Amino acid sequence: MTPDTMGLTFLAFCLPFLGALVAPALTRLLGHNAAWPLALIPLAVFLHFLGFNAEVARGEIVTGGYAWVPSYNVSFSWLIDGLSLAFLLLISGIGTLIVLYAGGYLKGHRHQGRFFSFILMFMGSMLGLVASDSFLMLFVFWELTSITSFLLIGFDHAREASRRAALQALIVTGGGGLFLLAGLLLLWNVTDVTQLSLLMSFGAEVRASPFYLPLLFLILGGAFTKSAQFPFHFWLPNAMEAPTPVSAYLHSATMVKAGVYLLMRLNPVMGGTPAWETILPAFGGLTLLVGAVLAIRQTDLKLMLAYTTVASLGLLVMLTGFGSEYAVAAAALYLVAHSLFKGALFMVAGLIDHETGTRDITKLGGLRGAMPVTFLAALLAALSMAGLPPFFGFLAKEEIYVALAGGSLRAIAFTAAAVIGNGLMFAVAFAVALKPFLGKRVETPKHPHEGPALLWIGPMLLAVKGLVIGIFSAVAHALLTSPLASAIAGKPQTVTISAIPHVGAALLLSALTVAFGIVIFLVLDKARAAANRLVEDIGWGPDRGFDQVMRGLVRAAVSVNRLTQPGRMEVYMTATFAVVALALLVPPAVYGEWPRAPVWPANIPFHELAVMLLAVLGIGAVLAANNRLTAIVALGIQGFCVALLFLLFGAPDLAFTQFMIETLSVVILALAMTRLKLTPRDHRSLREKIPDAVIAIACGLGFALYLLRVTQGRFDTALTDFFNLYSKTIAHGANVVNVIIVDFRGTDTLGEIAVVMVTGLAILSIIRIRKGGKAGGEA
Amino acid sequence: MELPLVLLIGVFFAAAVYLMLSKFLVRVLLGVVLLGNGVNLLLFANGRVLREVPPIIPAGHDVPVTLTANPLPQALILTAIVISFSFFAFLLVLVYRAYQDLGTDNGNEMRVAEPENDPLPPTGY
Repeated sequence: MTPDTMGLTFLAFCLPFLGALVAPALTRLLGHNAAWPLALIPLAVFLHFLGFNAEVARGEIVTGGYAWVPSYNVSFSWLIDGLSLAFLLLISGIGTLIVLYAGGYLKGHRHQGRFFSFILMFMGSMLGLVASDSFLMLFVFWELTSITSFLLIGFDHAREASRRAALQALIVTGGGGLFLLAGLLLLWNVTDVTQLSLLMSFGAEVRASPFYLPLLFLILGGAFTKSAQFPFHFWLPNAMEAPTPVSAYLHSATMVKAGVYLLMRLNPVMGGTPAWETILPAFGGLTLLVGAVLAIRQTDLKLMLAYTTVASLGLLVMLTGFGSEYAVAAAALYLVAHSLFKGALFMVAGLIDHETGTRDITKLGGLRGAMPVTFLAALLAALSMAGLPPFFGFLAKEEIYVALAGGSLRAIAFTAAAVIGNGLMFAVAFAVALKPFLGKRVETPKHPHEGPALLWIGPMLLAVKGLVIGIFSAVAHALLTSPLASAIAGKPQTVTISAIPHVGAALLLSALTVAFGIVIFLVLDKARAAANRLVEDIGWGPDRGFDQVMRGLVRAAVSVNRLTQPGRMEVYMTATFAVVALALLVPPAVYGEWPRAPVWPANIPFHELAVMLLAVLGIGAVLAANNRLTAIVALGIQGFCVALLFLLFGAPDLAFTQFMIETLSVVILALAMTRLKLTPRDHRSLREKIPDAVIAIACGLGFALYLLRVTQGRFDTALTDFFNLYSKTIAHGANVVNVIIVDFRGTDTLGEIAVVMVTGLAILSIIRIRKGGKAGGEA
Repeated sequence: MELPLVLLIGVFFAAAVYLMLSKFLVRVLLGVVLLGNGVNLLLFANGRVLREVPPIIPAGHDVPVTLTANPLPQALILTAIVISFSFFAFLLVLVYRAYQDLGTDNGNEMRVAEPENDPLPPTGY
């Protein structure tokens, strides 16, 4: 990669974020027409990455990037091969159309600028995710998509359902991101590389590692939550609370495909093991069936499509893990085909909603005359989704059946799942594309007419693309699907399937699917009722489980809070001092560092002992005091004793200060206490007294023992010597203590003065604030 | 020389903690005063105790001529005395105002910030 392309590629990754910055201002300026200039951003990105097509089609892997934190081997680096390129093109290509569509859909919305900003940020995150080479970058972008999708899903934040859906998506996918992080770290630990491009050659090591299974579960925890695999599928349909452009974007080509991308990316490294080939198809197959059945149940156009997205994601995961060359090719084909038709159909659903005011399929009909262009787009997309020739979806479905068909029990089981799932999706596709348009005209809340060009360009282009790729399949295979399949498989692979039906097992299975689909379509109302009964019989679902978990979380947090923060001061104090006592007494006990037994010094002057004794008496009097005067006087006694001790031990400055302070304290206390009506006694029952006393004595003992141990050790006089040596010679002061205060540690003293001043101000304000917030009055 | 002082300091700490474990804020306040003195003495004793000779350099000399008391803990304690006094004054005013507004000096009865039976926070979205 030349420096020029490297810089341009970096710019391509930054461009959506830059666009997000200017989008609100631009929208204020141009109104909904800001969509046109803003759509140039994804278009430019699309064209830039299209330039890599030739290289990638030759089987080359383009890497590039910049060092980020070289000391930790972290880089901002990208990896563009068939897999990332396919995703990059889908994200930027569909993104262009989505921006245009959003311009029409949210026309006149007061937060349209914000919406453009969110969707561009999301696009940037998604582009970064699929092109990341370094693990850290992958994780950062992964979580960025979770955060930006939270913003998008919760765009309509005034509605509770919208907030719930946004939070749900964030918690499920963001929580899955944490699994991914752990998985990536473990992968780093096992292989000692931090880049996906280097990881590819460590497949054997990873698979043989004793950490393979935990690694697999962590990675799947990330991928399954993001890609809405059962039982984490519930967030996806709920995310339909978002405006339709978001649904069309997040749930066709981007967000939900991120998990599939991750699995495909790691398939060459982690795939091929029995665990991989059991867990992935099993969960994928289950998700396919659950999603398809739940889709039949819905009457809301968007929800029907959402559940078929769940089903399609299941199908993709199933194919990725199935473990054959054809399965990989089928996954590649279906990935692209699904992005195209699902994006188109979502936009059609939004268009219908926008023009008629309802998305309920039972309240729609006969729109073909009013909305012919929309009808055409819907029909083309539905034909691809149903998998009929010569559409792209047909190729994908043929390849799926080629991959799955076989004689073993496993093959039969998964083929059956695929036929049932595809058949149900067939029915849903035509229900979405035909029911609203055919039949008798039904009165709708709004009078329907064809939407503006901004709204139908997107679905039309995507739907037509599905047809064009189906017809010119050879070109598409050479440029897109073969490199994509090679990247998933980790070895060169060519996709050859074309739209011309070949007689064989696959065609037979296709025909079976179509027949099953037509039957379901014809009895859709009955099928819906049956699916409804089934779900109602089961009753509990993970969606309700999510609410229960969230409520439980709040309750648990509250009860922990009530236990540790009961709002009673004595609990806090008791806990604090119990910890202090333990901290003082446990370490010497553990390390055997008790002080030596002390000896009573022989020559203590009587007056020193007398002062100490007096201090103890003063303390005892404070403890026993039952009226305020006794307490104040007793407090004074011990304070003056301390001052005397300082005087006796060669600290006249301290003694002087202590006398001053003690006098002041007693005076202030006496003034204040005469105004307080004190409880005369300390009402502690014996049951309270004993633990309190135990803690108090333990603290006292702890400090005494600590001090004894310290004084028994060697004394380092370096600092004392320094101050003694220099206080006269450098600082020109004879009183060493004073010199330290005002000179050597002058800044400390400044801090001390500041504390006194702040305290003074605080005291003043506390005294002046009266009840009810009124200032002034008697202090 | 340290042993009697050590015992005195132990008594200071034990009494201070016992007072601070009381429900009544005025007692807690007395405990804080005792704790301040106990900590000061602890600092003092940590720097070893020498009698009578203050750390003052006699006139005509550049360094102390005899063994003097350790000046460093004295400087620290000097700061600490002032700080603990302002702390004491602040707490006193706080207790006084709390008593004026809430009519009690019992810490357990002061439930304005942490009300008893606080309702569950909203469990919705």
